[in-house]
Amino acid sequence: MTNRIAVVDYGMGNLRSVEQALCHVAGESEVVLASTPDLIESADRVVFPGQGAMRDCMAELDTRDLRQAVIDAAASKPFLGICIGLQMLFEHSEEGDAAGLGILPGQVKRFAADLKGADGLRLKVPHMGWNQVVQTKPHELWSGIDDQAFFYFVHSYHVVPDDAGIVVGQTDYGYPFTAAVARDNVFAIQCHPEKSARDGLQLLRNFVGWNPALA
Amino acid sequence: MLAKRIIPCLDVTAGRVVKGTNFVGLRDAGDPIEIARRYDAQGADEITFLDITASSDQRDIILEVVEACAAQVFIPLTVGGGVRQVADVRRLLHAGADKVSINTAAVDRPELVREASDKVGSQCIVVAIDAKQVAPGRWEVFTHGGRKATGLDVITWACKMAEYGAGEILLTSMDRDGTCEGFDLALTRAVSDAVPVPVIASGGVGNLAHLADGVSEGHASAVLAASIFHFGQHTVQEAKAFMKERGIPVRL
Repeated sequence: MTNRIAVVDYGMGNLRSVEQALCHVAGESEVVLASTPDLIESADRVVFPGQGAMRDCMAELDTRDLRQAVIDAAASKPFLGICIGLQMLFEHSEEGDAAGLGILPGQVKRFAADLKGADGLRLKVPHMGWNQVVQTKPHELWSGIDDQAFFYFVHSYHVVPDDAGIVVGQTDYGYPFTAAVARDNVFAIQCHPEKSARDGLQLLRNFVGWNPALA
Repeated sequence: MLAKRIIPCLDVTAGRVVKGTNFVGLRDAGDPIEIARRYDAQGADEITFLDITASSDQRDIILEVVEACAAQVFIPLTVGGGVRQVADVRRLLHAGADKVSINTAAVDRPELVREASDKVGSQCIVVAIDAKQVAPGRWEVFTHGGRKATGLDVITWACKMAEYGAGEILLTSMDRDGTCEGFDLALTRAVSDAVPVPVIASGGVGNLAHLADGVSEGHASAVLAASIFHFGQHTVQEAKAFMKERGIPVRL
């Protein structure tokens, strides 16, 4: 059985890193960069990465006519959102007052500017570096990864889902924020598994073999 | 809790890692990919390559190094040296770098930082600042490996660069670089406290206490070092264990 993984390529962000990390764990599976709708439609599973400003990401997605293919994929096959690829699944972002894809109900908000850490010093924004993900719910993609394992983050905005029931991971930065969500065949995470050493590769490996029940 | 980062830095020229003192007297320290893999295995939080290749005809070698590294090392990779325009930033990111650091070109034309961060996102843009103390509590920005004064005040410049879209500041003390006497902590602290973005302390690490001091006294988000790791004096693991003992959050 073929297992083709499409990495949505809309010209933004660190696609190569995502592609290379997937190739590293993909085994017999095929990894393709998908810059046209048909490559997303024909894939068995889809990775939706992203970096940069959400408004620009949405614009680039539309320029390449990929919006509908991404929405369809998120409704029909194993789907992994990463970073802005998580944020774009939601309805709206404060960043540039941008509309998202609206697949998941909720907002994307900026970290407050006056947050303080345990040492009393101002917390820097972007939230950049390795932080712990608390696995608030079990999920197949956490398999083989310790609760509170460190993952690499770099972002200034985070999602606030309307439905707390979709949250599967939380991270603390001044306050606990949503680090990962899951609903049916969709899993999306704020940090960068492709840059999170062993645990990140494990998450990608879990995704390559993930077969969620489909509606 | 967000961990403080330890970043081994590899000065690369013509595809080899080298290390000198005060930017002169270079010693060969090995193959960049091999060294990056070793640091990854030791638990390094990121890797930084600084391309110090002088001649332009050897410039593209760094792209091959970055590409090979990115295929094997799955932690963030920052690359700097000789970045003059947005196209250079794009080429390095495309080769597999996660962040690109800009130094002299930002001084020559600050708008470059704004343009680059607009295009690729500020999370990819590091502004590297080489600082020299010129009076007590005053530091000036230098370029060209510390040879050329710019007249710019380091703190003012760092704030301006953050405002222009630098996602991070890589701050090197030219007075301390290669001396093994420790970071310039007053400098590090002054800049860290002034800017809203993370600061990486660099220049002068000679022992593990220096790394810890950079965080606890310099308020740096990350510490960068070369010599103490390259020549086998310490592993990244030892550095992290030491920092943890000092109560600093690290990823072990």
